[in-house]
Amino acid sequence: MLGLGILSGLLIVPLCGAAFILTLGDETEAVKRNARWAALITTIVTFLLSLAAWARFDIASPSFQLVETHSWLAETIKFKLGVDGFSMPLILLTTFLMPFCIGASWRSIDVRVKEYFVAFLVLETTMIGVFQALDLVLFYLFFEAGLIPMFLIIGIWGGKRRIYASFKFFLYTLLGSVLMLLAIMAMYWEAGTTDIPTLLTHRFPVEMQTWLWLAFFASFAVKMPMWPVHTWLPDAHVEAPTAGSVILAGILLKMGGYGFIRISLPMLPDASAYFANFVFALSVVAIIFTSLTAMMQTDIKKLIAYSSVAHMGFVTLGLFTLNEQGIQGALFLMISHGIVSGALFLCVGVVYDRMHTREISAYGGLVKRMPLYAAAMMVFTMANVGLPGTSGFVGEFLAMMGAFKANPMVAFFSVFGIILSAGYALWLYARVIYGKLEKPNLQGILDLDLREKIIIAPLVALTIWYGVHPAPILDTFAPSTEALMVNMKTALSNTQAAERAVAGKAEVAAR
Amino acid sequence: MYHAIVFLPLIGALIAGLFGRLIGARVSEYVTTSCLAFACLIAWGAFFIVTGEGGHAERVQVAQWFSAGDLNVDWAFKIDTLTCVMLVVVTTVSTLVHLYSVGYMEEDPHRPRFFAYLSLFTFAMLMLVTADNLVQMFFGWEGVGLASYLLIGFWYEKPSANAAAMKAFIVNRVGDFGFSLGIFLVFVLTGSVSFDAIFAKAPELKDAAFHFLGYDWNALTLACLLLFMGAMGKSAQFLLHTWLPDAMEGPTPVSALIHAATMVTAGVFMVARLSPLFELAPVALSVVTIIGGITAFFAATIGLVQNDIKRVIAYSTCSQLGYMFVGLGVGAYATGVFHLFTHAFFKALLFLGAGSVIHAMHHEQDMRNMGNLRRYIPFTTAMMTIGTLALIGFPYTAGYYSKDAIIEAAYMSDRPGHVLAFLATVIAAFMTSFYSWRLFFLTFEGPARWGAAAHHDAHPAVAHATHADGKPGHTEGAAHDEHGSNVEPAHKSDVVPDHAGDHGHGHDHTPHESPLVMTIPLAVLAFGALFAGVIFKDRFIGEGMDAFWGHSLAHGPDNHIMHQIHEAPGWVSASPFIMLVLGFVLAFWMYIRRPELPHILAEQQPSLYRFLLNKWYFDELYDRIFVRPAKNFGLFLWKEGDGRIIDGMGPDGISARVVDVTRGVVRLQTGYVYHYAFVMLVGVAGLITWYMLTGAAGGMH
Repeated sequence: MLGLGILSGLLIVPLCGAAFILTLGDETEAVKRNARWAALITTIVTFLLSLAAWARFDIASPSFQLVETHSWLAETIKFKLGVDGFSMPLILLTTFLMPFCIGASWRSIDVRVKEYFVAFLVLETTMIGVFQALDLVLFYLFFEAGLIPMFLIIGIWGGKRRIYASFKFFLYTLLGSVLMLLAIMAMYWEAGTTDIPTLLTHRFPVEMQTWLWLAFFASFAVKMPMWPVHTWLPDAHVEAPTAGSVILAGILLKMGGYGFIRISLPMLPDASAYFANFVFALSVVAIIFTSLTAMMQTDIKKLIAYSSVAHMGFVTLGLFTLNEQGIQGALFLMISHGIVSGALFLCVGVVYDRMHTREISAYGGLVKRMPLYAAAMMVFTMANVGLPGTSGFVGEFLAMMGAFKANPMVAFFSVFGIILSAGYALWLYARVIYGKLEKPNLQGILDLDLREKIIIAPLVALTIWYGVHPAPILDTFAPSTEALMVNMKTALSNTQAAERAVAGKAEVAAR
Repeated sequence: MYHAIVFLPLIGALIAGLFGRLIGARVSEYVTTSCLAFACLIAWGAFFIVTGEGGHAERVQVAQWFSAGDLNVDWAFKIDTLTCVMLVVVTTVSTLVHLYSVGYMEEDPHRPRFFAYLSLFTFAMLMLVTADNLVQMFFGWEGVGLASYLLIGFWYEKPSANAAAMKAFIVNRVGDFGFSLGIFLVFVLTGSVSFDAIFAKAPELKDAAFHFLGYDWNALTLACLLLFMGAMGKSAQFLLHTWLPDAMEGPTPVSALIHAATMVTAGVFMVARLSPLFELAPVALSVVTIIGGITAFFAATIGLVQNDIKRVIAYSTCSQLGYMFVGLGVGAYATGVFHLFTHAFFKALLFLGAGSVIHAMHHEQDMRNMGNLRRYIPFTTAMMTIGTLALIGFPYTAGYYSKDAIIEAAYMSDRPGHVLAFLATVIAAFMTSFYSWRLFFLTFEGPARWGAAAHHDAHPAVAHATHADGKPGHTEGAAHDEHGSNVEPAHKSDVVPDHAGDHGHGHDHTPHESPLVMTIPLAVLAFGALFAGVIFKDRFIGEGMDAFWGHSLAHGPDNHIMHQIHEAPGWVSASPFIMLVLGFVLAFWMYIRRPELPHILAEQQPSLYRFLLNKWYFDELYDRIFVRPAKNFGLFLWKEGDGRIIDGMGPDGISARVVDVTRGVVRLQTGYVYHYAFVMLVGVAGLITWYMLTGAAGGMH
């Protein structure tokens, strides 16, 4: 069929849905309803398609699978798609979360409904594209293209300070991207190709690696976001509509981590080892500082946004431990955080739709009127805290364990995160859910309706299921991680051998 | 079989939790309680099979949890004597508490939720004690923490209950901080988290060093100390004890189950389980001994002056846990676990008895408002008498055997710190006797200080409370919070009917005996409190000890403490009894004979009294040095760090500069041709100059 494989299908289906919605007429109630259903069906079809891809995927193999290549810009720059153990779970996470986002926007979005869903579907294509691209130029294209729909979603359907937030978001991420583009060009001049599988085997000179690494780091660190370039995130979250926050926390933040594991670690191993301590320092600062900052927030969404930054600190920490536990833990945490923080933002959306405020002090005692909501929120809060038995635990625990192996001092400081996270998360819960239901405008608040139950129940189930049985995800990461470790180890020992040889020669020459 | 023991409570919890509203409160109670009762029966069966003739330890694999690289974590049960002892304790007390709660919680509208939490707790606790590896233990460890959090905060409308629940969780997390690091270190050292593999590898590591935080530590000592930090948090040892008294905000059956008999003993269990590791780290064991001794002493001092009946028992629990750690610390692991076993019975009995008193008094907890209850609730009084006797170690009751063995072991040990532990435990034995009898006399003897007649009588025995600047008058129940800021002594609480609308009827009623469903568990526990010592003494710490324990507790080749106990001098063995008598006499004298004495004493030593009443000011201290600085620092990081510095120098600063520059440029664009012509001229001149200079420079080469 046109020589297109299943991965192309994943890119095309959302675009088709978007095109269909665009053909709908003026904004009447009927059109709005049709747009909603079209978007929902499109995302569900995409999800099913990604499940089909998953079924064809061999998790025991570390190599790229389902690869398809189409000619594109030039002989050396191709439209090449493929997935491996790192990207497959992230694609599934993306397609899985999308229907929830559509569902969460069902009622809360009532102006420019068509455009809203078009933006979301285009966003889905770009996100899937990032995880599938096997060509650096294509990767860059998707990586940057995703900015535009997100910019629009925050800027048009956001809250009061949406313009400020969207520009801040755009400026930060764009600044990082410029440097990444330069680095990609440098790589092209050095290696003569932008094909990712080829580049993975290419050995860049050590000095060049340093500069390339820093350039990529600028982009990925902003996306993660790492301390101190994180300040766009709380603003963006606060102003974004609920579904925007879910995607932002669930998927967009993971692109930074994916960039590290796809480009920085395997292509630039010497520089990664060299900068590991630098990343550790920033990660630990992120974990402790942003946890403390989160504790003092007065806005629910901002609090969760800061807690995301802290969790991303665990991800970067784990990635740069350069051992199996750390890397797999970090990757698992990315998936788990995608589910849990997405769910938390959905939960905030539930009460925001009712009360139209995100101030913590405007709530209190919700459990009395909303027992189901309180129970769901408890599960996600505990997952956020990293309670064993929820998915939040496995990733955090492995990342910290890896950190302890790599550098006990770093692990020591990072473990403070588990005390502080309990502090801010439980305090939030106590202030919003527990206490007396005294505020007059809360007296009539209703518990979850059917639509919300359908949205939240699967997330509760997954959070607990992956906490008890994380093997399906961890085992997918394992072969790719092992391959990465082997490559890195050989690369690092080669470099050391080369250095020793140089040193030896210098010694001989000195004699 | 073991699957059933562990998962029956979970099934009960799920049914009550998910379908509680559907099936109703009564059915939820039946389901959870009978699930637990079954588990309890099987557990006793398992206990006798494993510890009996031909019984042996085994490992039951349930499923794989996760693996990464060389780390492999399973869901698996390690079944040996130690586990079976814990299984029996947990399921027995839990069953009785479930049964008791049917009566105690009768008026509460959220019973399905309550029973779901109770069963969930039991499940987590069983996962903890059956754990085959450190990570599963951590799962149970945090699971019981969650259940404890949920149950302390069960009356969620009460701000004090919420605060106490959070405090319990967060203080425990401080302990878990150490626990996690301990797990990581053990994994790095031995390459495994499973107990069998760790214990097999440990002897090789006896002299290994590990560089951590700038010091070279003995690796095993460091690992044990880190793990013990977790135990200190869960077992409310000195420095991490502050959450336990506050946990009394929860319903009383919860206090009996979680904060007396089972969860708080998890730390003791952990050290006993890891005895092969601790045995190789003598320094860590000394630390355990010293912390245990300090806790036993310090908690007892606070118990002397508390007025809330539950808080007295809570501090007593804290103190008794200290005893257990002393037993473990001097290497006599069996005595520590034996005390855990007997303590579970009599402390649960005391708490449930106190619950029965509170029930009778319509949710009054302040002992200053009680008195003379012996006449009205004779059965409860009898049960409390038994509990008190067992707690103070009256000869031939359960506590007598276990506590005396610990004191003797502390004396006979040659470990650094044993003298301190010995003195602390003996003095604490005196204080235990005193505060237990004080509680008994204030509650059951003397004149009645409740009801309309007694309302404003100034009873000398309680008048000293006038000076209390602590929190007087704790009562239990949803609507009863924070009406105790008065400094009046023994003030009768004017209770507004709470959400259940049914506590308000009662202060003119005479106290009444509890229903059968509450008294039967009391009787069963009383049986245990009286006879658990006699029946099990030989197996736990006597002749049959080696056969009973098998390999579940380690004793190094030089550790003969269990045999030395029997050689303790006569005065050492007699000292607990002497202390017990002295404590009784003093309490009798101060609260029955000369009831005005406590008042005079408190007036003479106001600072000491206040120091004790305010629990050595630990809460205030921690608030000052941890909580408030953390909050201020967080605020600083937010407003100054993120707001002013990062945003100020970053995006906001840049955009402000861009705007400034644009404004400047706008001002330049005046619209006059000669302005532009002039600027162009200057530019051209500048360019020519530049080329001439560089060209000249080039020409010079």
